[in-house]
Amino acid sequence: MRLWRSIRGTVDAFWITLRTLFRRPATIPWPEKRRTPAERFRARIVLTRDPQGKERCVACYLCSAVCPVSCISMQSAETPDGRRVAAWFRINFARCIFCGLCAEACPTRAIQMTPDYEMGQRDPLRLLYEKEDLLIDGPGKDPGYDFYRHAGIGVAAPRGSLPGERPPEDPRSLLP
Amino acid sequence: MSGTLLPLALKAAHIAVLLLVVLTAAAYLVWFERKLLARMQLRLGPNRAGPAGLLQPLADVIKLVCKEDVIPAAADRGVYRLAPALTALAAILAFAVIPVGEPVRLFGIEQPLVVSDLSIGALYLLGLSSLSVYGVTLGGYASASKYALLGSLRALAQIISYELPLGLALAPVLMLAGSLSLTDIVRAQASAPFAVLCPVSFALYLISSLAEARRTPFDLPEAESELVAGYHTEYSGMRFGLYYVGEYLNMMVLGSMGTVFFLGGWLGPGLPGPVWFAIKVGFFCFLFVWARATLPRLRYDQLMHLNWYWLLPLALANLIVTAAGALWMRGGA
Repeated sequence: MRLWRSIRGTVDAFWITLRTLFRRPATIPWPEKRRTPAERFRARIVLTRDPQGKERCVACYLCSAVCPVSCISMQSAETPDGRRVAAWFRINFARCIFCGLCAEACPTRAIQMTPDYEMGQRDPLRLLYEKEDLLIDGPGKDPGYDFYRHAGIGVAAPRGSLPGERPPEDPRSLLP
Repeated sequence: MSGTLLPLALKAAHIAVLLLVVLTAAAYLVWFERKLLARMQLRLGPNRAGPAGLLQPLADVIKLVCKEDVIPAAADRGVYRLAPALTALAAILAFAVIPVGEPVRLFGIEQPLVVSDLSIGALYLLGLSSLSVYGVTLGGYASASKYALLGSLRALAQIISYELPLGLALAPVLMLAGSLSLTDIVRAQASAPFAVLCPVSFALYLISSLAEARRTPFDLPEAESELVAGYHTEYSGMRFGLYYVGEYLNMMVLGSMGTVFFLGGWLGPGLPGPVWFAIKVGFFCFLFVWARATLPRLRYDQLMHLNWYWLLPLALANLIVTAAGALWMRGGA
């Protein structure tokens, strides 16, 4: 009985490999055939702009803090009108593992993942992307989102003056 | 003058052509194996060097020749250098007695398609397959490395053990053919190949030839997950290449032996003899690769158990039954 099972197990295995021989290989030979990655494929990281064309990044360091391989570094600064920006912003793609945690952590939707995966380089130093390399012209995903319209203090407009916004509450008043 | 020189020149040309064909075939066997194995695993296999990766063997040879030839400091230098050559040599020498077709007439001279039709060809082949153990054992011993030594010990025990069922599987065939000359053995299969007459022998030969070739269910000597690469761990460059070529030549030798002893050699309808021979050897190589794609490696005790508890008694019983059958047939006739 055990012998019979062993023989059947062996013959079955040979049958499976023979059948597989006539199936189409799953390999996609890269430079000749390029697969279209899925919409939410995580590859090259970009910095996007808000609908006004200004940088979305407010240099809050959340992406840098959440990055498990510490590949994001930056220096925060302030423009004269009080808007926070990154003085410089650097991603070391030689280290990046494309986990997407930075894009998830970003409160302003500035840092986003794109499906462009063809970014190999022979020289690892060329994988150091500076802010100019990372910034794109458009807003990327979520095109209408403007962080400063919701949370920016006195930058987009005085408080309570935007359409659909109520004037600020007086916390000391008892009146409804 | 020309009467004595011409046969000699023909013989030399024959040997040169044979060597060229055999070594090229061994190189392309690597390509064949990689391609087939890949397709059985839903991959594409080599496809970068030349169309369908056909220049891959050439690229491999260039790479191996250009690599540094490292000899470990503690190695036994003489033996270390000799060992890979022994393996390849034993495999190449085996082709001397393997007939690939009917004799042909060239320049008015009857030229047999075998370098030397020894009257003890079968014995010579078995002797050479024992000799190939030396290359493996000495290589592992001379490397002064624990992995190489363990690999060569395993190879030694395995090859010596599996030579018994291999020889005993061939014995009934030799009995039925009544000759040890490979040409006579092929001619004896004109009516039916011995694979049909002695199916048990054929099955035993297939299993033990896998072990003789040290190929996948029996690749313990080279088990890369335990022993790095076994007996050729320390070898690099073309010395490693010689081991590699020897292994694939050995595969072809075992395929040729199977063809001659069981599948009727060059005999077949329609096509010329050497073509039939190549097809049949290719079939054996396909079986070897197929087994590699399918079966996992045996454990060491399973390897020995399979041989001493199953194959050897079966081979002995098969020998006795075939001998009795042959005797009965002869007595009846």
